[in-house]
Formats: sequence, C-alpha cells, structure tokens
Amino acid sequence: MPQKYMLIFHGGFYDDLSPEEAQKQMNKWFAWVDKLRNQGKYQSGEPLLPGGKILSHKKGKIVIDGPFAESKESVAGFFVIETSGLDEAVEISKEYPDFHLGGKVEVREVMKIEVPE
Amino acid sequence: MESDIPNKTHYMVDNLFRREGARIVSTLTRIFGMEHLELAEDVVQEALLKALQQWPYSGIPDNPPAWIMQVARNRALDVLRRRQTFIAKEKDIASWYGLEGESTDKFFLDHEVRDDELRMLFVCCHPLISVESQIALILKILCGFSIAEIGRAFLSSEETIHKRLVRAKRMLREIRPQFEIPGGTDLATRLDTVLKAVYLLFNEGYNASQGERLVRAEFSHEAIRLTRLLSSHSVCDRPKTHALLSLMLLHAARFTARLDDLGQLILLQDQDRRLWDRALIAEGLEELDRSAGGEKISEYHLQAGISACHCLAESYEATDWSRILMLYEMLVYIDNSPIVLLNRAVAIAKVHGPRAGIHAITKIKDRKRLEKYYLLHAVLGEFSMELGNSEQAAKHYRKALEFTRVKSERMFLSGKLKSIIENLN
Repeated sequence: MPQKYMLIFHGGFYDDLSPEEAQKQMNKWFAWVDKLRNQGKYQSGEPLLPGGKILSHKKGKIVIDGPFAESKESVAGFFVIETSGLDEAVEISKEYPDFHLGGKVEVREVMKIEVPE
Repeated sequence: MESDIPNKTHYMVDNLFRREGARIVSTLTRIFGMEHLELAEDVVQEALLKALQQWPYSGIPDNPPAWIMQVARNRALDVLRRRQTFIAKEKDIASWYGLEGESTDKFFLDHEVRDDELRMLFVCCHPLISVESQIALILKILCGFSIAEIGRAFLSSEETIHKRLVRAKRMLREIRPQFEIPGGTDLATRLDTVLKAVYLLFNEGYNASQGERLVRAEFSHEAIRLTRLLSSHSVCDRPKTHALLSLMLLHAARFTARLDDLGQLILLQDQDRRLWDRALIAEGLEELDRSAGGEKISEYHLQAGISACHCLAESYEATDWSRILMLYEMLVYIDNSPIVLLNRAVAIAKVHGPRAGIHAITKIKDRKRLEKYYLLHAVLGEFSMELGNSEQAAKHYRKALEFTRVKSERMFLSGKLKSIIENLN
C-alpha cells in the first residue's frame, strides 16, 4: 500500500549564493521535483516564509510570541510524497539539494485517518 | 500522474540569473537614479533568492526576466517608501509611485534595456576610475559575477575585490556621472576608455594563466557580448569598435584548439586547425571589413589583422609572415611596449631568420621589463635551437622555467628541455 510522507525542509541558507550558483541550485530542485512528478510520487508542496508567530497558552491567557527558531533552523518548505514506505521516503530525501547549504530534512509519515465500518 | 510543470526546466537558459539580474540592475538604476545603484543591486539579489525559494514549488513563470524585474522593482519601491522622509524629493516620490500601476513591458523594450546596459558601461568606465576598478565594476554590475567569483578568477581575496568595488562606487558617488551614452566631442575619448576596459576584460579571459579557468572563459564571452552591444548601437558603431570586435572573434575562434583535454596549452604550430570555429572566423573577418571605414588605424585594427593572417592560413607553414611582420611594424608605432616588440621579433625571425630575431630582441627598449617573462626566454630558446645551438637553448629554457608556475607552460618547457638533453647525450 502506498503511504504518504511529509518531507519538512529546515533551513538551507541561500544569502551568499551568486546568481550563477542560485540558478544551478534551482536547477537541482527542478530536477528533483520533475523526477518525483514523473514517478507519480509527488503530491504537493509549499515554500514557507521565515518569521510568523507562535501562540501558546499561559495562565489562562493566549500569548503571542515570536518565532523562536533561528531562521537557519526554521521550516523553509515541505513536500508531501507517496512512497512504498519510510525507507523509500528516506532514500528520496537523500536527493534534497540543500544539504551543502546547511539544510536538513525531517521525514514524517502522514497518519491515515481510519474510518471504522 | 500528469505533471503540471511540463519540463519547463529546459527553458531556463544558461546564465539567465546572472545576465538578467545584471540587466535589470541597469534598468532599475535608470528608473531610480544613479544614487540608488546599490539599492538596485540589493533588490535584484533579493529577487533572485526569492525565485530560488519559490520556483521549485510554483514552476518557472512564463516570463522569468519580467518576474525578476517586477519583484525587484516592488522591493525597491518598498525600501524607498520607507526611506522617503529622509532622502527623497517630492518629485521623485511622485514619479516612483507613478510606476506602480504600470506594466513591466514598458521597461523591457529591447532597445531601451540594451541602452541601459551601454549607459551603465560608460558609467563603469568613467575615466576617473582606475582600469582595474573599471573591470571589477563591469564584472559585478554588468556581468553579474559575485565578489567571490571575481576573487577566485583573479586569485584575490573577496576582501580585496570588495574594497576595490567600495572605493570605485564611492568615487562614482563623488563624480555623479550622468546615466547616459556620452554625445558630441566627449564620445570619442569616453568610447576609447570603454573599448580599452572591454579589451582588457577579454584578455583576462584569454590569458587563462591563473585563477579559475571556467569563470575566466566567461569573461571573454562577456567582453564579446558587450562589444557586440556597442557595435550595434548607432552612436558607438565606430570603425574602432568593429576592429575590437573582430580581434576578439578571431581570437575566440581559436579558443578550443588552444588547450588539450588536460587543459594544457597547445602552441599555434601544433593546433588542430579543424577545431577552429569557422563561423566565428567568418564573423570576425566581416567585422574587420566593417572596421575599414575610418581614417585612423587603431591597435585593434592591426591586432585583428594579425589574427586574421593566422585564421586564414591553411597550415602553420602556410602562414603569411611577411604580412604579419608588416602589421607589427605598423603596430609598434602605436604601441612599442616590450611585449609587442617581442612578438615582432618572432615575426622577424620567421621572415629573416633566427639571427635577425635575436638581434631584434637585443634591441628591445625596456627589455628589462621582460626579464621575468617566461616567453622571452622560451622564444630565445627556440631561436637558439633553430641555429643548432642546443646548449644555449637549454640555458634559455631553464631560465624560462624559473618564471612560470602555470602547469601547461611548465609541461611544455620541460618537454623541450628534455628532448634537448636527450639529443646532447
């Protein structure tokens, strides 16, 4: 049974890239996405802006804060892919293009919502 | 599953980011004024990074340059709006705001954008700025190379290049040049400065004697691109411009044949002439024809003429050395630098024999300046060989080896030396 995974991309620091390097980096992303699409594994994905807010609950009040994470750690985007299992999802994540720019991939299985008969 | 980004990847041409980014910096500088040059550079860099973050998810937009332009321009407007109370004049604000509703098409009229690049080229080559800074400005602003890339190409630290650029831009702020192609009596001298800088930029790429070879080869391509821009502009379309373009094309036609698979230098006499780019040679000769219009012969005319002799020769043996020598005799009137005189000595030796070549070398004024130039000694070694004086030749080749660190050149010289020593024994 195919199973959905979310690949959560943390960080990946682009600021020091020259235009030429940025274009090369982008081509790597295109190649990766194209491959996953052609294999029918790519489901969806979105980039996220840095910043934002974090809401929590303290002493009966909603507190709105800041983002806490360093921008180089924060989530830069995500893919949802469909694979045969965790091993394949991890294999796919090895092709993430931003490792050398300090990026990390978190691989999480999307929970199937079971509807009892 | 159907892909909704149908292989758009393949439509993104090489260097699109570098080229378009640089082009847009020029156009934004026209719109916002010279004093906002650095802002233009910053917002374009931001726009490129934004593209890098978004396009992998969204696909490449239909018109990537327009996308980059739009994002950069909006960002610039944001920044200026925030700063406006401090710096902007009422009139400026009004004109910037006026931009917002407009379509970007207006900024992409080909001739306008091309002229922006030329205007920027004249700004970068302002005569009050040193030649090395002119080249750094061209590479950074007009060709879109990063400071790190320029540093690697020149074997300089980023720090050095950064300082050079900062100084040059400070100078520009003091000079406050008009963002325009000079007209009238100014044009000739200003154009000379521009041609000189572009010529030197070309040489930086051509003499791949240091730094990162691939980046440096790009320098030559960029120099050709800029000279083509100049030659296609009604005001800059002068005989000298065509002569320079011809010279570059006739050299570039022989680029690939100059190096073997290992990146080692191949001498003219050993090059496979079938590898020369016939299309570039044809274009170069056409440009040489076009350069014939003026009343003055420039150093570019003569160098292009010399290069044409090589390009037209079926083989090394068939080279028309008398004609080359004649062109060198004319060239020394314009440029009697030791390097030109050394090249002339080679032509003399080809026409009148090695003894005459050696004599010409001993007569070089300022020969001392060539003492540490390996080619002087390599040429003397060659002449000695031709005269059958192996021991003297070996001495010259050893000396030549002292003065080059370049692997391909060292390999070549060691090879020569080795064969002499083997024959002596």
